[in-house]
Amino acid sequence: MPRKVIQQFQVEYIQILDEEGNVDDSMMPEMNDDMLKEMYKKMCMVRKFDQKYFKLQRAGKIGTYAEVHGQEAAQVGSVMAAEKDDWTVPTFRETGVLLARGVPGSTLLQGWKGDHKAFRGEDDNRDLPVAVPVGSQALHGAGIGWAERLKEGDRVALTYFGDGATSQGEVNEAFNFAGVFKANTIFICQNNHWAISTPNNRQTAAETMAQKAIAFGFPGIKVDGNDILAMYAVTKDAVERARKGEGPTLIEAATYRIGDHTTSDDSSKYRKPEEVEEWKKKCPIKRLRLYMEKKGIWNEEQENSMQEELDKHIAEEAEKGVAIPQPPVEELFENIYAEPPKDYVEQKNELAEAFKGDQQ
Amino acid sequence: MKMHMVAALNNALELEMKKNEKIVIIGEDVGVDGGVFRVTEGLIDKFTDKRVIDTPLSEAGIIGSAVGLAVNGIRPVCEMQFIGFAYQGFAQVKQHLTRMRQRSYGRFTCPVVIRGPAGGGIRALEHHCECPETFFGHTHGIKVVFPSGPYDAKGLLTSALRSEDPVMFLEPEKLYRSFKEEVPEDEYSIPLGEANVKKEGKDLTLITYGPTVKLSMEAAEKSDIDVEVIDLRTVWPLDMDTILKSIEKTGRALVVHEAPKSMGMGAEISARIQEKAIYNLEGPIVRVGAPDVPYPQFAFENYYLVDVNRIQKGIEKAMR
Repeated sequence: MPRKVIQQFQVEYIQILDEEGNVDDSMMPEMNDDMLKEMYKKMCMVRKFDQKYFKLQRAGKIGTYAEVHGQEAAQVGSVMAAEKDDWTVPTFRETGVLLARGVPGSTLLQGWKGDHKAFRGEDDNRDLPVAVPVGSQALHGAGIGWAERLKEGDRVALTYFGDGATSQGEVNEAFNFAGVFKANTIFICQNNHWAISTPNNRQTAAETMAQKAIAFGFPGIKVDGNDILAMYAVTKDAVERARKGEGPTLIEAATYRIGDHTTSDDSSKYRKPEEVEEWKKKCPIKRLRLYMEKKGIWNEEQENSMQEELDKHIAEEAEKGVAIPQPPVEELFENIYAEPPKDYVEQKNELAEAFKGDQQ
Repeated sequence: MKMHMVAALNNALELEMKKNEKIVIIGEDVGVDGGVFRVTEGLIDKFTDKRVIDTPLSEAGIIGSAVGLAVNGIRPVCEMQFIGFAYQGFAQVKQHLTRMRQRSYGRFTCPVVIRGPAGGGIRALEHHCECPETFFGHTHGIKVVFPSGPYDAKGLLTSALRSEDPVMFLEPEKLYRSFKEEVPEDEYSIPLGEANVKKEGKDLTLITYGPTVKLSMEAAEKSDIDVEVIDLRTVWPLDMDTILKSIEKTGRALVVHEAPKSMGMGAEISARIQEKAIYNLEGPIVRVGAPDVPYPQFAFENYYLVDVNRIQKGIEKAMR
C-alpha cells in the first residue's frame, strides 16, 4: 500500500520596517520619498480622526464608535496598494481604509451619527457601506471579484475582516467561491488578536490565519500589520496577481487593537495592561517616522507643521459633520425599493403627521 | 404552445438572457445537469458556462456572492435546489441583499432573483417542501412571487428578471409538471404586485396564491356558492386594492395558503381587511392553512397539506 506525503505547505511572514525604524532594503518596495510622506501623513490623519470621533462619542455627538487605533498601517498600507477605481469592502472598524480612500471625515462622522446617507458617496463610489454582521461581507468581496472575471475586467476588491470573522461560515464560503472562480479578491484579515474578549486560540486551533487560504487553493501570507511598507508591498503583489487573473490572496496582518472593541466595551476586563503597553511599542506610525528621520527626509519642523495642518483639517471636518442635520422622517422610506409598495404612501403620511413640528 | 411550468420558466429565462447579457444563472447543478428539476436545461448550451454557472454547494455562498456580483454590474439569478435550503442563505438575504439599497442610500443595488422549488406534495425528503413566503415578505426590500401555473410563471419570472429590486421567486414544485397551459412562445410580462381575479363571483372572496390556487379553483367550481377567486401572484407587496374591491361586492372573505395558518399571510390579509372594510363584512374572515407544526416527513404529508375538501369546509364556514 502506498503511503506518501502528497501535500505540504509553508506560510511566509514578512516584515520590512522594524520597530526601531530600520528597513530591509532587499525587500523595500519601489516608492519615492513623497509616497513615504503621504503614507505617514495618512496614518497620522487616521489616528487623529479616531481620537476625535472617540471624544465626540463621549460628548454625546455621535453613537457607538469602534476605534481603529493601532491598525493604521494595515489599513492605509493596503489601500495605497490599489487604485481609486478598485473596490473596498469594509467593516465598521475600517475608518482608516475609508479615510485613506478619500472619504471626507465629516461624511464618516455622519455615518457614526446613524445616517446611512454617508455611505452613498459619489456616483462612481466603489467603497461598500460598512458591514456590521461579522464576516458576512467577505462574500460580497468574493462576488465583486468574481464579477470582474465575468466581465473580463482587472479591478480588484480589497475585502476586510478580522480574526473573529475567520470562524464564520461566510468567510470560509467566500474563500471557497473566490478560489474556485479565481476571483479578483484580496482578503485582508486584520488579526488584532481580540474579538471583543475572545483571543485567537479560541477562534482557531490553526497556527496562523494565513494558512487557511491553503485549504482553499490560493496563497496566504502573514505580514507584520504594523509595518506599512510590508503591508503595501504584500498587497501590491496580491493586487498584481489578481489583475493578471491569477486569483485571490489572503493576507493576515498581525496587528493589535489598542482601544476597546467599541465605546461600549471595557477591555481591561479581559486583557492585561502590560500586553497593551507592549503593543504600543510596536506603533506603526512611530516606526515610519523614525525611518523617515534616519533617511533625512523628515524633521521636527515638518512634523509640527503637518500636525498643525491636520488639527485644523480635523476640526473643520468635525464641525461640518456635527452640523449635518437630523434627516427628515420621509427619508425613512427612501431607497428601500426601486418600485416601493403602494402602502408606503399611507405609512409615510402617517409618520410624517406624527412627527410634524418635531424636526429641525 | 402547451407547456408545463418547467418549460415556461426555462423559456422565460432563455428569452430574457438573450435580451440582457448581464443576466447570469448561478446555482448547484444548473449547468450540464440543467438543475434537479431541469428548469435550466439546455441553457448552458445556448449561453455557455460563462452565463450558466455551476457553483460550490453553498446557499449562503450563492446568495452572498450574488450581492457582490450585483453590486458590480451582473444580474444574478440564483437557483436554490430547494427553497428549504435557502435558509442557509437567509442571513445574506436579511442582512445584505435587501438592505444594500437602503444602506448605501441608492448607490448600490441588488437586482437579484432567487428562485427555486417551494411547497410540498411530492413525497420528498425532509426540508424539501417549505413555504417560507412570510419570512421573505417580512424582510423588507425584496418582492416575493408565488405563481400558480405555467402561464403566470413565465410572465412573472420575466418581470422578476427585469426588476431592479431583489425578488424571491417561489415555484410550486408539485405543479412543475402536473399540468400544461397555453403559453405564448414570444415574450410577455405580468406585473409584480398585482393580483389576478381568477374567477368572478358574488358571494365570497377567496384569496390564495401559489400551490393552493388550483385546489381553490376546484373547490370553488364544486361549490354551490358563487365564489370569487383571487390569485395574489405576488405575495409581497400585497395588492389590497383588488382584495378590497372584491370584498365590497361579496362581504365575505376566505384566505387559503399551504403555509401554516398562524402568523401566515392569512393573518396579514385578515388584519388589513378588517382595518379597511370591517363594515362591508357579513361574517368572520376564515383562514385555511397547514397546522402549526413543522412540515412533516412524507408519511404525514397528506394530513398536513391543504386539500380541496378542507377548502370546501372553509367556504362553508365563511358563509355561516
